[in-house]
Amino acid sequence: MSASTPPMHEMSLCEGLVQSLEEQAMTQGFHKIFAVWLEIGALATVEPDAMLFNYDIVARGTVAEGSKLEIIAVPGKAWCMNCSTPVTISRHGDACPACGSYQLQLLDGEQMRIKQIEVA
Amino acid sequence: MCSICGCGEHETLEHDHHDDHHHHDHGALHAHAADLPVTRMVQIEQNIMAKNQRYADANRQFFAERKLFVINLVSSPGSGKTSLLVKTVEALKAEMPVAVIEGDQQTGLDAERIKATGVAAWQINTGKGCHLDAHAVGHAMDHLPEIKNGVLFIENVGNLVCPAGFDLGEAHKVVVLSTTEGEDKPLKYPDMFHAADLMILNKSDLLPYVDFSVAKAETYAKQVHPGITSLTLSARSGEGLEAWYDWLRAGVARVSA
Repeated sequence: MSASTPPMHEMSLCEGLVQSLEEQAMTQGFHKIFAVWLEIGALATVEPDAMLFNYDIVARGTVAEGSKLEIIAVPGKAWCMNCSTPVTISRHGDACPACGSYQLQLLDGEQMRIKQIEVA
Repeated sequence: MCSICGCGEHETLEHDHHDDHHHHDHGALHAHAADLPVTRMVQIEQNIMAKNQRYADANRQFFAERKLFVINLVSSPGSGKTSLLVKTVEALKAEMPVAVIEGDQQTGLDAERIKATGVAAWQINTGKGCHLDAHAVGHAMDHLPEIKNGVLFIENVGNLVCPAGFDLGEAHKVVVLSTTEGEDKPLKYPDMFHAADLMILNKSDLLPYVDFSVAKAETYAKQVHPGITSLTLSARSGEGLEAWYDWLRAGVARVSA
């Protein structure tokens, strides 16, 4: 393993992404992908920069070769049991920004989801 | 290439002009430059983990049919996962069927340590991979004797980052943190401690010699996962192991019921 390619699960996630794109190309009958919009939540176990770094390499030789990956950042949302209100958090382990409680129930922000693709 | 408008330079596969869904708008022939492809937007809502999730769901079904309580053990390298497993399988093998899947980048050393206890083990080498995935775990089951009404341990690659996001079909992720590491690990690697249902604080026999606060580690773990359970033990001295075995026995009883 060279220092320039550390092991990272974003490579696997990119492979999952490109496999999904190839399945979509088969079922929806398109031949080339020009752009992909991917929603990534702030609480997802993925680093957007590492996705961008890996995407071009993984897409090579596939229907997605040369396409642009656009990442849509989705904020983390949780329900504060103490305030009885939804709050925004940026990572697991953040306290409620209003009351400081850690009794939070996640509502949104763990997704890694393809939203739309530009194809021909 | 499209023979009507000649725009299809980017298209190399078959191209059915009689298809109702054909995307070229021939009502506006040559409205676009010949060298620019006509594109369209396709709205899809698909999780990029969908493939791993399909395998994980299949594993979970397989485990449920055999009433297996399945644990995905995660930690940083050197926390004592394998030593804990060796002790655990030795203690439980007489009372229930036990099997182990070992994950490491290289070597079969950990599986050999388990096999030395007489318990079935299969080693997955992930090569350059930093985590186990559900597909590899499904295939590992082909190499283990079929067991029922027992426990299957999956020891993940020593890594507190990548395995957090990969469901293997387990009942619980169990994170092992040792007292020679920092008690702030739950805050530094929140995704893993959020994903785990049980935190084991291992190497409790070293507590008199290190500046590790069990109370702080538990507080930090509950910050990232309010519902997490915590057990303090030493695989080396045996202190606290009975509570861990009881936790496992309760899980096996639940899935066997």
